[in-house]
Amino acid sequence: MGSQKITIEPVTRIEGHAKVTIQMNDNGTVDHAYLHVNEFRGFEKFCEGRMYFEMQMITPRICGICPVSHHLASAKASDMVAGSPPPRPANLLRELMHMGQIVQSHGMHFFELAGPDLLLGFDADPAIRNVVGLVQANADLTVSAVQLRKWGQEIIHLLGGRRVHPSFAVPGGVNKALQKSERDQILRGADDAIHTIQVGLSIMKDWAEKNAEDIQKFAVFKTGYFGLITPEDGLELYSGNIRLISQDGNQLERFDPASYLDHIAEHVENWSYLKFPYYKKLGYPGGVYRVGPLGRLNIADHIDTPLANEEFKKYRAINAGKPIENTLYYHYARLIEALFAAERVKVLLDDPDILSTEILNTHRNFSGHGVGVIEAPRGTLIHDYTTNPNGQITAVNLIVSTGHNNWAMSEAVDSVAKTYVRGPNVKEGMLNRIEAAIRAYDPCLSCSTHAVGQMPIHVDILSSDGLLVDTLSKE
Amino acid sequence: MSKPKVSSDWLAGCAGCHMSLLDMDERILQVLELAELRSTPITDFKEPDVTGVDVGVLEGGISNTYNEEVAHKMRSRCKTLVALGDCAVFGGIPAMRNFFTIEEALRRAYVETPSTDESGKIPSDPELAVPTKVRALSEIVPVDVFVPGCPPDADVIFYVLSELAQGRKPELKDELLHWH
Repeated sequence: MGSQKITIEPVTRIEGHAKVTIQMNDNGTVDHAYLHVNEFRGFEKFCEGRMYFEMQMITPRICGICPVSHHLASAKASDMVAGSPPPRPANLLRELMHMGQIVQSHGMHFFELAGPDLLLGFDADPAIRNVVGLVQANADLTVSAVQLRKWGQEIIHLLGGRRVHPSFAVPGGVNKALQKSERDQILRGADDAIHTIQVGLSIMKDWAEKNAEDIQKFAVFKTGYFGLITPEDGLELYSGNIRLISQDGNQLERFDPASYLDHIAEHVENWSYLKFPYYKKLGYPGGVYRVGPLGRLNIADHIDTPLANEEFKKYRAINAGKPIENTLYYHYARLIEALFAAERVKVLLDDPDILSTEILNTHRNFSGHGVGVIEAPRGTLIHDYTTNPNGQITAVNLIVSTGHNNWAMSEAVDSVAKTYVRGPNVKEGMLNRIEAAIRAYDPCLSCSTHAVGQMPIHVDILSSDGLLVDTLSKE
Repeated sequence: MSKPKVSSDWLAGCAGCHMSLLDMDERILQVLELAELRSTPITDFKEPDVTGVDVGVLEGGISNTYNEEVAHKMRSRCKTLVALGDCAVFGGIPAMRNFFTIEEALRRAYVETPSTDESGKIPSDPELAVPTKVRALSEIVPVDVFVPGCPPDADVIFYVLSELAQGRKPELKDELLHWH
């Protein structure tokens, strides 16, 4: 018998559709594993002809998990198209909505998507290795997690009228001011939210201590790191310049996001609908980098809120201040960011401008081109629009968070497959670890497949001459 | 009597309908009391039980050959099929692609965008699904319950699931069709 190919499809507990194929050698070891992102939607084409001020409502439909990211990146690009920078209170309110999203998205990922692996185990029975199993294992914690997500979603709802696909940011500002009663309502939930995130952090640290060996051999590799940064090198999620550092932690570039095309490009592989961004000067794949929580905490040297900064110091001590390369530490970094976002909500709500009604710049100095960049929960999101003089879109370029991590996810899949999968009797838990490698990046395959849409995963076992020997499913 | 089994999946959509489902907040625990979740994007079963489920829920329209397979499999294994959200009901935003050819949309994404380097080409590996015209779910398989909205409100999804879990067909009219 020849060698086998294993297919995992769909990959579960991630957002969207992906598939993994694993080529096995004759001796039962892994030759190579591929991550295929398996959907294409075509937003970059079908937005052509629409008005630039419609994009804030169209592009959130790229992703219902982080619609606020697309809503705000689109608004920032459209501010530039219109030549209409928002007044300060509008920027504060947009950032407030964004923090609500970071809390709900990171919270949901940790507790509801990745949590079952950490709390119940990679090898737990797949029938209970999910949120229902969590309810049975720890009902109080699950309810707290649901309430944490609710608090974040309610911030979005209060500002934008709805939780998913809100209507709020418009070119030049926002369409609604914050009421005092709404501010007070959000503030009342803040301490509980912070508490739940801290419980998550203690679960994560406890897990890391017990699973130190896995963390050290589970998809640990070198890349650059990329994301927005404050002028003082603090964690930044809403505005600022982009900082790119090397695998050793040295700064390679620091640039205005509007000039992204001078610094990064995207490579296409025939086996995936998701493109592979890289740093142009180092080429592909030498110039690949990671974004999202792990990347952002690697490019920062502090966090501007006290509780998150305390955690940050402990976290960065893990690798003595050098970049942290372990895929599983994405979870730890994600919770530190959630803590920052919850604290940041309080800072924003205490700002004297937050209840201001100076929320819209109606002056226009039309330019016809704009780039909007934001740190979505999963990493840097770039919207680039060109319009004709009427404001109709003539060209759209989108680079989404999950795209930047595409090479890293593929590498993680290959690395984990080689570390954990042994034939001929491949066990379900081995395959779940491959899925867990993808989950750690919290990929948003809908986002990635704007061009590409969604990511299911599937595992086939083929012989070396390409014949299907077996298909593994979780049932 | 055992709890009714529910499976769900997402096709060409954005996952926002499933997020709206989670937006029922604490009531999700009531739904879990009434029904048993089988394959869904948040559980680890990969497809609906071969022996069948009571309720199948699909979010998103049909935009490629893989979506078609998933829709047919769900239809053949569930008693009641729910089209959840605008994309499943009539194609939604992704159906805007139908104003262009698939070739034009693919070329834009993988060849013409300014960030794409000289490796640009339309991915065509046999492992990948092939894009098609974007269609409503009911153009591929018969649908029993239509729940419009982008996304439908959490209250509406809660009503639909709790009715189905108790063996009744939900009646969507008036305020329940008015999404906010």
